[in-house]
Amino acid sequence: MAENTTVSSARRKLSWLSGIAVFFVGLMVWGVASGQTGASFAPELALDLQGGTQIILTPTVADGDQASTEQLNQAVTIIRQRIDGSGVGEAQVTVQGNQNIVVAIPGTPDATTLQLIRASALLEFRPVIAQATSAPLAEDAVVQDLDTLSNDPASTPVNPSDPAWATERVIAEFEQLDCLNPFRQPGQVDDPTRALVTCDESYLFKYILGPVEVQGASISDASAGTVTTQTGASTNTWAVNLEFNAEGTEAFGQVTARLFGQPSPADQFAITLDGLVITAPSTNAVITNGQAQITGSFTQDSATVLSDQLKYGALPIGFEVQSQENISATLGSESLRSGLLAGLIGLIVVVIYMAFQYRGLATVVLGSLVVAALLVYLAIAFLSWRQGYRLSLAGVAGLIVAIGITSDSFIVYFERIRDELRDGRSLEAAVEAGWGRALRTILISGAVSFTAAVVLYLLTSSSVRGFAFTLGLITLIDILIVTMFTHPLVQLLARNKFFASGHKYSGFDLTAKEASYKGRGEFRVSEQLGAGKAAKASKEAAKRQTIAERKALAGKGEDNE
Amino acid sequence: MSRAREFGNRLYSGEQSFNFVGRRKTWYIIGAIAVIFALLIPVARGGFNFGIEFRGGSEFRLTNSQSLPHEVAVDVLAEISPGSQVRVTDVGIADIRIQTEQLQDIESEEARLALADAFGVEGGQVASSFIGPNWGADVTNQAITGLVIFLILVSLLMAVYFRSWKMSVAALLALAHDLILTAGIYAGVGFEVTPAAVIGFLTILSYSLYDTVVVFDKVRENTLEIEYSETRTFSEMVNLAVNQTLVRSINTSVVAVMPVASILFVGSLLLGAGTLRDIALALFVGTIVGTYSSIFLAAPIYAHLREKEPALKKASDKVLAGRA
Repeated sequence: MAENTTVSSARRKLSWLSGIAVFFVGLMVWGVASGQTGASFAPELALDLQGGTQIILTPTVADGDQASTEQLNQAVTIIRQRIDGSGVGEAQVTVQGNQNIVVAIPGTPDATTLQLIRASALLEFRPVIAQATSAPLAEDAVVQDLDTLSNDPASTPVNPSDPAWATERVIAEFEQLDCLNPFRQPGQVDDPTRALVTCDESYLFKYILGPVEVQGASISDASAGTVTTQTGASTNTWAVNLEFNAEGTEAFGQVTARLFGQPSPADQFAITLDGLVITAPSTNAVITNGQAQITGSFTQDSATVLSDQLKYGALPIGFEVQSQENISATLGSESLRSGLLAGLIGLIVVVIYMAFQYRGLATVVLGSLVVAALLVYLAIAFLSWRQGYRLSLAGVAGLIVAIGITSDSFIVYFERIRDELRDGRSLEAAVEAGWGRALRTILISGAVSFTAAVVLYLLTSSSVRGFAFTLGLITLIDILIVTMFTHPLVQLLARNKFFASGHKYSGFDLTAKEASYKGRGEFRVSEQLGAGKAAKASKEAAKRQTIAERKALAGKGEDNE
Repeated sequence: MSRAREFGNRLYSGEQSFNFVGRRKTWYIIGAIAVIFALLIPVARGGFNFGIEFRGGSEFRLTNSQSLPHEVAVDVLAEISPGSQVRVTDVGIADIRIQTEQLQDIESEEARLALADAFGVEGGQVASSFIGPNWGADVTNQAITGLVIFLILVSLLMAVYFRSWKMSVAALLALAHDLILTAGIYAGVGFEVTPAAVIGFLTILSYSLYDTVVVFDKVRENTLEIEYSETRTFSEMVNLAVNQTLVRSINTSVVAVMPVASILFVGSLLLGAGTLRDIALALFVGTIVGTYSSIFLAAPIYAHLREKEPALKKASDKVLAGRA
C-alpha cells in the first residue's frame, strides 16, 4: 500500500513536470506558429553576443532633482522617436534600475546620432505669428538661398507677437518649408530670443513663432481629465489641465492678456517640444491664476499623451552618457561560441566526476541536468518573447555556473541517502528519510541564493542584472527539478533491482551499508585502543539505531551463529 | 573499491575524525595571516588594477590584428589625439585591445576608421567603447548597497532558520574572510577589476553562504538535543557534523569549481580579458576559499561562540567528568 502510494506520487510528480514542460513548449509553438511578435525558439541575444552599440544614459535634471518614473518613460519615448527619425534601424530603449536609460542600437551609430540621443528635450511656449497648411513646394517655385537674406527685424518688435519678428529670411523659410522634407538638424538648438519656423508633430501645419515667452520649467503640473461644467457635473469632453509656478503664472498671465481677443492665428500660442509644435491652442480667457485648461478634440489617450509631454518638459532632462559600448558582430558570436564551449566542457567534466563518485546515479544527474537545461531554455525563450529579456554574456556565465550549483543539490541529496544507508536503513527507507532532510538543506540554501539574486536584480543595472536574473531563475528551476524530477526518479529507481540490490556500480552499493555495521564492529576491535573511546563510539552507534535496525542486527547475529 | 566512500563511512561513524573544532586556534591564526596578506597585496602592488570601466576612457578592439606591431595603433592614436596615454594589449588568439583617455565623439569615430585602415580590417571589425568616469563608481555603489542589504536579509534568514544569531555571526565572519582573500588574490594576479569581476565577487556571497549553510544544517541537526548527550560535548558534536559533511563539502565544491574552471580556461585561452574570464577568476578563488572557510572557520567560530553558554558548559563538563 505504502509502496504504491510512493510510486504513484513519484509518477504524479514526473507527469506534473512533463505537463509544465509540454505546456511551455506548446505555448512557444503556438507563439511562433501564429507569428506573435518576438516569439521565437531562439532567445534574443543581448548586444554583447550579437554585436551592436549599447549606450547607457543617466538623466541629469537641473536643481539636482531626481527624474520621476513618468519623466523617464517619457524620455524613453522621446529618445525612441529621435532614433527612429534618424533611420538607424530598430532600437531598443529601456529604463533600467529606475535611473538609467539603456539604448541598444544595431551596428555602429555615427556621431550625429549619438548627439541626438543625449540632447535634452526642451519645452517652450511661443506665440504664433503665422500659420499655414504645409504643402509640397510648387515645381516652378524659385528656391531662395536663405543665407543671403536679412535676418534683422524691419522695426524693433514691441512684443513677442509682433509681426516684425518675421524677417525677410524667416518669411522665405516659412514659404519654402515643406514639413514632409527634413527641415531640422538632428539635435538642433533654437535661439529662444528669435522667431522660429517649424511644423507641428504630425507635419500637417507650419508656423512662424515668436520668441520664447514661458519656459517648460515653469509648469508645476499637468494632468488629463474631463471638463466639468459650472455646476460641477463632469462631461465627456477631455482636456489637459496645466498648472504654473509663480514665475510661470506671471509670464503666462501676460501672454494670455496680450493674446486674448486677437484675430486668429495671433490669439494662439504654441507649445514646442524639441522644436516641434505639440499643441497650439487659442486663448479663450486671460488666465492670471496659473491654472490653464487646454480643450479641443481630445480623446482620453491624446489628452494623456499631451499631459505627459508637458510634465516631462516641465523638468528639462539632459542625458549624461555613462558608457557607450560597441561590439562587433564577430566578437559577439565569438563570445557566444566560447561561452557554449565552456558550458559543454563544464557539463561533461561534472558528469564524469559524478560518475566517478556516484556511479549509476550519474545517469540521474545527467538526466536532471538535461531536463533543467530544457526548462531553463524554455524559460529564457518565453521571457525573451513576453518580457523582452535578452541573454547576455554575463547571463551565459550565470548559466554555466548554474551547472555546478544545480549539481550541488543532487550531491546534498545523494549524500543524505548514503547517511541514512550508513545508519542501516533499507534503500527505500533511506531515500525517503534522506529526502526529508536534504530538502530542508536545499530549500534554505536555495533561499540564500535567491535572496542574493533578487537583491542584486533590484539594485543594480546592466550586466550585473543579467547575471542576477539567470542566477535567480536557475535557483527556482533547481528546486523544481530536485523535487519534481530527481527525487521521484530516485524513488522509482530505489525499486529497481540494480539499485536496490546495492550493485557496486549503483552508487548505493552495500559496502556502504556494511560500513555501518563495521562501525559497531569497531567495538570489538577497539578494546585494544582504549575502553573509553570505544564505549563512546558504541553508545553513539547504539543511539543512532532504530528499533527495527536493532532487531535486524540481532537477527543477523543469530544467523551467524 | 571506492576509497572515497569508505573514507566517508569512517568519517560518518566517527571512526576517523579530523579535529577541525578543537584546533581552531591554528585555523584562526592561519586565517588572520591570510587576511593580513590579502590586505597587504593590493597595498604592495599600488592598489587594484582598475579597468577602464572604473577609470573612464575610450577603448577599441580589433579582431584578427595581432600580426602587426602595437606601435601601429599607438601612432594612429597619437595623430588623432596627441599626448594621450595609449595602452595596447593582445587579447585571446587574434585580437588586440587599445585603451586610451576619453576621446570626443568625432575623434573616436575618426580613430576607429583610422585603426581599421592601419590594420587593414573592415570598419565593422573595430569595436569602440567609451565609458564615462562615473559608470564604474555607480556600479560599485549599487553593488555595495546590494551587498549590505543582502547581508542583513540573509543574517535574518539564517537567524530565523537556525534559531541562533550566532550562526549568522559565524557565517558572516567566514564570508568576510572569503571576500577579503578573493580580493587579495585578484589584486595579486593583476587582472583588471571590471564590472564582470564585481559580478563574480557578488556571486561568491551567495556561494560561500550556500556552502556554510549546508554544513550548519548538519550541525544544527546533530546538536538539537546536545544538552542531554552523555557522550559528546557541544564542540565535539559540531566537529562530528563537520566531518560527516566533509565528503559532501568536497564534492559540492569540486562540482561547483569545475564549470567555473572551464569558463576560466576557455575564457582566458580563447577570449582573453573580458566578461567570462573576470567572472570566472573571482568565482574560482571564491569557491575554493568559501569551502575552506565553511569547514575551518565558520564551524569552529560557531562552536567557540556557543560552548561558553551555561547550559552547554554544564553538559560538556558532565561529559568530560564522565570520561575522566
